[in-house]
Amino acid sequence: MTSIFPAAFVDLEPFAEWSLETEGERYDKRLTSSMDEMQAFYDAAMPHLEAAKDHLDALDLAALPEAETRLLWLLYSLVNVSFPVEVWRQPRVPDSGAANMDAIVQPAV
Amino acid sequence: MAHFAKPAEGSWTEHYPELGTAPVSYEDSISPEHYERERDAIFRKTWLNVGRVEQLPRVGSYFTRELHAARTSVIVVKDKDGTVRAFHNICRHRGNKLVWNDFPGVEVEGTCRQFTCKYHGWRYDLSGDLTFVQQEEEFFDLDKADFGLVPVQAEVWEGFIFVNLDPENTTSAKDYLGKIGAGIEGYPFGEMTEVYKYRATVGANWKLFIDAFAEFYHAPVLHAKQAVADESKKLSGYGYEALHYEIDGPHSMVSSWGGMSPPKDESMVKPIERVLRSGLFGPWDRPIDVGELPAMINPAKSKVWGVDSYVLFPNFMLLVWAPGWYLTYHYWPTAYNEHIFEGALYFVPPKNASERLAQELAAVTFKEYALQDGNTLEATQTMIESRAVTEFPLNDQEVLLRHLHKTARDYVAADGETAVDLAGAR
Ligand code: FES
Ligand SMILES: [Fe+2]
Repeated sequence: MTSIFPAAFVDLEPFAEWSLETEGERYDKRLTSSMDEMQAFYDAAMPHLEAAKDHLDALDLAALPEAETRLLWLLYSLVNVSFPVEVWRQPRVPDSGAANMDAIVQPAV
Repeated sequence: MAHFAKPAEGSWTEHYPELGTAPVSYEDSISPEHYERERDAIFRKTWLNVGRVEQLPRVGSYFTRELHAARTSVIVVKDKDGTVRAFHNICRHRGNKLVWNDFPGVEVEGTCRQFTCKYHGWRYDLSGDLTFVQQEEEFFDLDKADFGLVPVQAEVWEGFIFVNLDPENTTSAKDYLGKIGAGIEGYPFGEMTEVYKYRATVGANWKLFIDAFAEFYHAPVLHAKQAVADESKKLSGYGYEALHYEIDGPHSMVSSWGGMSPPKDESMVKPIERVLRSGLFGPWDRPIDVGELPAMINPAKSKVWGVDSYVLFPNFMLLVWAPGWYLTYHYWPTAYNEHIFEGALYFVPPKNASERLAQELAAVTFKEYALQDGNTLEATQTMIESRAVTEFPLNDQEVLLRHLHKTARDYVAADGETAVDLAGAR
């Protein structure tokens, strides 16, 4: 099976749509996903987190190959969904109504 | 039960007797007239932080800042000598806004050799001097030396760029920041250049959002649903007490405990925090040795110190976190009941993906807390505006709020007196 991720992480291919470059995209994806969808992604990705960190830490962060960059973006989404999955049981932070905050500067990688 | 010592007077508030202990009016936050007076008395008179030196990496680097409250827009630029300068963003010919792209109200940044007006092509060099006038011979005795950009005082303090729109101002930014500013000098802000910045429009007076970040009395309650259940219960039972408060002139600070980085008991934090070794208080592993802290950082020299929050009047907050990173908040008023909030996190650049992920978790956590903080504000604004209640009791852990609103009222009152004096003298 071909994958957008490094070979060791081919299991994550069904969740490739969570590999998103910007915080804005990741946050929107979270708000428009159901708890079941986020739970499925979390359950699949969380067991790979330690191995993924080790894999990426062996490389130069400023010069990651394409597949590794995709993997890192996926992990950023994992961070983003961890809040609803681990604590709130809803996509939005509780008691935040329609409050909104845009990321206007974020790291290049 | 008191966990941390208070001053001999028995409370932080009474340590600063000019503050009083009576319930306070929030009229300064709901009165359109008061806001109009703040614009001149505060935003056109005090030093305003508009950015960091890292935003101007080379000669010709510039950015613009829309200062609605101060009724102007400024250009901040690094000139050919490497000096940071600021100018009102207005062309001397017929007043077009000089630097902007597609939308005149949107802030821009970039690098250039000179500024060229979009309207008739007048050009200014990086020092603000007028260097070219289209069809100069058509003008009448025009001496280009008389038509440079209007300068604004600019000063760099610890890498933070400040401007002061009062041409009469004679106090340096460093002196203006007083004892609290002096007590932070030397912290390695310049090494923390990995930036995450967020912006939101908030439907509340600018001071109300400072209030929300200048007290932690709310934290165990409003943010209860952020923590895992046991931890949340423990925190609300504990309540909140600061390690130290300090007030000096218009500025103030609160020093807070925070044993969550790393936590004593890892089972008390979320699974992702355990794997990424990070959370609200930042990455658990210190990126650099910051050495001995300046006097006004962790002033109580507490072992359980977590974060210090500085309210640098009027609209700039700086938070220095024990694990070695900092946060800034800016509140840019656009109306008596609206402002633009900006929050930015600054970390030592990550050496690898693990460090980057730890910072990502801290940044996302910050945003989620700020969304909760911001969301209470529009409701507060509209209810205070009802004037159904006009006086509010503030407790000792809200001492900085008492000071902030008093400072704003005092600036407005002092400016009124000056205006009256001048009128009398005429
Ligand atoms: S307004 Fe700028 S050149 Fe005319
Ligand atoms: Fe808060």
